[in-house]
Amino acid sequence: MPSKHERTRAIEVDLVVEALARRHGYDFSDYAKASLRRRVAALAVTLGCPTISDLLPRLLHDEAILPTVLSTLSVPVTEMFRDPLVFKAIREHILPVLATYPRLNIWQAGSATGEEAYSLAIMLEEAGLLHKVQIYATDINDAAMAKAEEGILPADQIAKYEDAYRKAGGTRTLAQYFSLGYGFAKLSASLKDHISFAHHNLVSDGVFCEVNMVICRNVLIYFDKSLQDHVLGLFEASLSRGGFLCLGSRENLGGSAAAHHFTPLDRELRLFKKSGEAS
Amino acid sequence: MSPRPVVQAVVIGCSAGGIAALHHILPRLPADLPVPVIVVCHTGPSPTDLFSSVLRRDCRLPVMEAPERGTARPGHIYVAPADYHLLMEEDKTFALSADPRVNNARPAIDLLFESAANVWGEGLLAVQLTGANDDGAAGMKEVKAAGGLCLVQDPATATATAMPEAAIATGAADWVAPLDWIAFLITSLCFSSAPAQDCRP
Repeated sequence: MPSKHERTRAIEVDLVVEALARRHGYDFSDYAKASLRRRVAALAVTLGCPTISDLLPRLLHDEAILPTVLSTLSVPVTEMFRDPLVFKAIREHILPVLATYPRLNIWQAGSATGEEAYSLAIMLEEAGLLHKVQIYATDINDAAMAKAEEGILPADQIAKYEDAYRKAGGTRTLAQYFSLGYGFAKLSASLKDHISFAHHNLVSDGVFCEVNMVICRNVLIYFDKSLQDHVLGLFEASLSRGGFLCLGSRENLGGSAAAHHFTPLDRELRLFKKSGEAS
Repeated sequence: MSPRPVVQAVVIGCSAGGIAALHHILPRLPADLPVPVIVVCHTGPSPTDLFSSVLRRDCRLPVMEAPERGTARPGHIYVAPADYHLLMEEDKTFALSADPRVNNARPAIDLLFESAANVWGEGLLAVQLTGANDDGAAGMKEVKAAGGLCLVQDPATATATAMPEAAIATGAADWVAPLDWIAFLITSLCFSSAPAQDCRP
């Protein structure tokens, strides 16, 4: 049995979730509780609140608080070419199929600060496909997306990502896609021009266009089963016939209603293909 | 009043020297252990598969990587996947997180201990083994605050002493025991019963 203290904290988190939904229109009620509780506690610390319930007046009355809330509750963690073998498989097995289409839309959901969208753009450029691609990188965290849109990283990060880039099958250098100066690296405009950063909430927003590939990694792990099912349904509805779905390396289609629309391309790497027929 | 086991779940944390310690402890747990055993070991970025497959060969209990949204079942040993935090949800299912490192570690022991304390409260046994930093100490305090039991490896028998020493320094440890005793202590705590009313304040 949880202690009295733990039960109190659970009530506090529920109240914060209700305030956010009713006051700001962001519904976190189907987020998985264990991580949400940590992030709400972190938000209280960030805003100098001694207890979680001290957040309530701020959430209800402070007009300018939403960006801070969304930044803290959707902690942006992302890297370029995280899990390089996944990107290698996309490069080797998915891009040759995508190459046969005249135009391509790719949806990267939960893009945070954009490193994964940059990685995709680089691979598409190297495959000679970028000119016909539009990448939609979406998130609920506008502050992270503003950073993504700038395309500026600390230069030493690029050096750190070179290894992952090579493991992902890269044969050039990552640095050549950035202009370096003053300790920073700026993503080349010719790559960034093919990425549109847009606000989209997987909980409440719907299909916005037909896409040939959805890449959404380490986002579903923060959702409970019902929200995972909802989001997988959204991906399925957005994908064209024969489109590809890439999930995080520990995420599954599980028993979701959308599962039977997909066949695994690589079970280990969580790459799936939308089957021809709906059944 | 029907007796209930004192311990309903075991969580184990370790780092440097942890794999050898786990190989010492886990194969000694009996095949009919009535609780789940959940392990966070800082193994570095990838070798969890190898690690759990070697354990699988030597253990009487089934060993597997903790499955996202799967339920922690009695008589199973679950290992946190590499490069994800492992947390417990109230319905005793596993949750993974790609949040930043905590105590310079992912998975972090603190996150497993704290979230498991929230789920099992006084029914939780937390075991802190060898390791070279203080991850797990804050979590052990939470376990204690929720009424759970805390067992720490005697630093004199640990490959790296910082982690058990940090756990002992919190004052939360119910037992400090040499490596050789730990499997036996876990087993006896998981099998001993107490009248239900005695477990409640």
